[in-house]
Amino acid sequence: MAEIIVVTSGKGGVGKTTTSAAIGSGLALRGHKTVIIDFDVGLRNLDLIMGCERRVVYDFVNVLNDEANLNQALIKDKRNNLLFILPASQTRDKDALTQEGVQKILNELAESFDYIICDSPAGIEKGAQMALYFADQAIVVTNPEVSSVRDSDRILGILQSKSLRAETGAEPVKEHLLLTRYNPSRVADGEMLSVADVEDILAIPLLGVIPESESVLKASNLGEPVIFDETADAGQAYSDAVSRLLCEEVEFRFLEAEKKGLFKRLMGAR
Amino acid sequence: MSDTCFQLKGSVVTTFILELYTFSLSDFTLQLEDKINQAPMFFKQSPVVISLDKITENITEINLDELLTACRRFDLQPMAFKCSHKRFLDAIKATGLTLLSENALRNLTNTPVAAEASHNIKNTDVKENTQLHKSKLISRPVRSGQQIYAEGGDLIILSQVSEGAEVLADGNIHIYGTLRGRALAGVKGNTNARVFCTKMEAELISVAGHFMLSDSLREKVWKQPAQVYLDEQILHVETV
Repeated sequence: MAEIIVVTSGKGGVGKTTTSAAIGSGLALRGHKTVIIDFDVGLRNLDLIMGCERRVVYDFVNVLNDEANLNQALIKDKRNNLLFILPASQTRDKDALTQEGVQKILNELAESFDYIICDSPAGIEKGAQMALYFADQAIVVTNPEVSSVRDSDRILGILQSKSLRAETGAEPVKEHLLLTRYNPSRVADGEMLSVADVEDILAIPLLGVIPESESVLKASNLGEPVIFDETADAGQAYSDAVSRLLCEEVEFRFLEAEKKGLFKRLMGAR
Repeated sequence: MSDTCFQLKGSVVTTFILELYTFSLSDFTLQLEDKINQAPMFFKQSPVVISLDKITENITEINLDELLTACRRFDLQPMAFKCSHKRFLDAIKATGLTLLSENALRNLTNTPVAAEASHNIKNTDVKENTQLHKSKLISRPVRSGQQIYAEGGDLIILSQVSEGAEVLADGNIHIYGTLRGRALAGVKGNTNARVFCTKMEAELISVAGHFMLSDSLREKVWKQPAQVYLDEQILHVETV
């Protein structure tokens, strides 16, 4: 039986799709057969981040409407043969999603996959609720600033009350906090909330802290999930997060500001 | 000096209240018989107060003599009436029984004796009163956008209340965690209700409609264990 993990946040632009791509790729790299589903119907992005935009023929909504079967719509990643993408439709809207339809697709995927990653759209409306409804675990992506933290709190409330597990009284959805765009030197200057602040407000276990990094933007533009870049700090931080998701104990990195050496200071480099 | 003739003592008498909704002799007799047959000994010679407060609007006249006779036939002892509707007052006077004031009756229903008696009877109003004091327990964080209401009792939260969340209770609110949202105790007007929390960072606190915003809280108890209560119409907040 596959584990269904939703990547959600409430707020837009915090790094949900980047995280879905990185975590999904990371799980595949560890030998788990993984599919990433783009729930952002109408604002498809995952295909770009994964670098498979030219290979999209059929999409999630086609499968929902029985216009195509799953095997036609699934795109196999060209870097890893355990990794698949189910793209969203760009020409439809969220109303195309139905609970029965989503359940049917998830059930079918669960037969052959170990992990199903649901990349949620922003907001708390239908699209986001559909993405989280069937989840076993949730990765709540948060930026270290107050509005993102509050929106994450809101989405945690929805996970608690409107997920299938909540409605049936089953064991609650397992929640993980993933802090992205973390900039230790700005935290030290008091411009950003610290890890401790966010943990205190949200009160859920920390899965990872991804440092603010140029490598993330570069990876997105290249269509190659940042986790494949083993030299990048963000890639390593995502890799640590995947380890923790698989219940390994890994020490947190990139939490402290890098001390500038004499040479760097003289050169005025950042 | 002659011997003392009497002594006046305060006392509490256990009674039933028979709340009448509508009256026709045949239906009333039938239903009363049914009720009494459930526990004949329990009702034997019980004093009864008859309340006409819940009587259906369009009923203007009731044959109270028939009502009393029916009660006595089943060995009940009607001792008084309670009625806030003016249209029945003359008829009550004519029966010769006492008309209880609003306050007198409230005292009667709230005595512990009355509550005890309710354990022995099924399907009475007294029992419903005791059930109202149930408290609500929440063990997970109350998140932004969520609202929790403990109707008729206390609310106990074993976790935090986030900013943008709202917790309400007819009774007290106890929060064993940080309170960052809104907490409203005594929402139905209970001025004795209080709010307690182990770390105060609330947006708003209210007791029976008297409220206080975070600005006032910041001056005194911010991030400390605190309680809020109402005294002489003034909201007090202090550390605990």
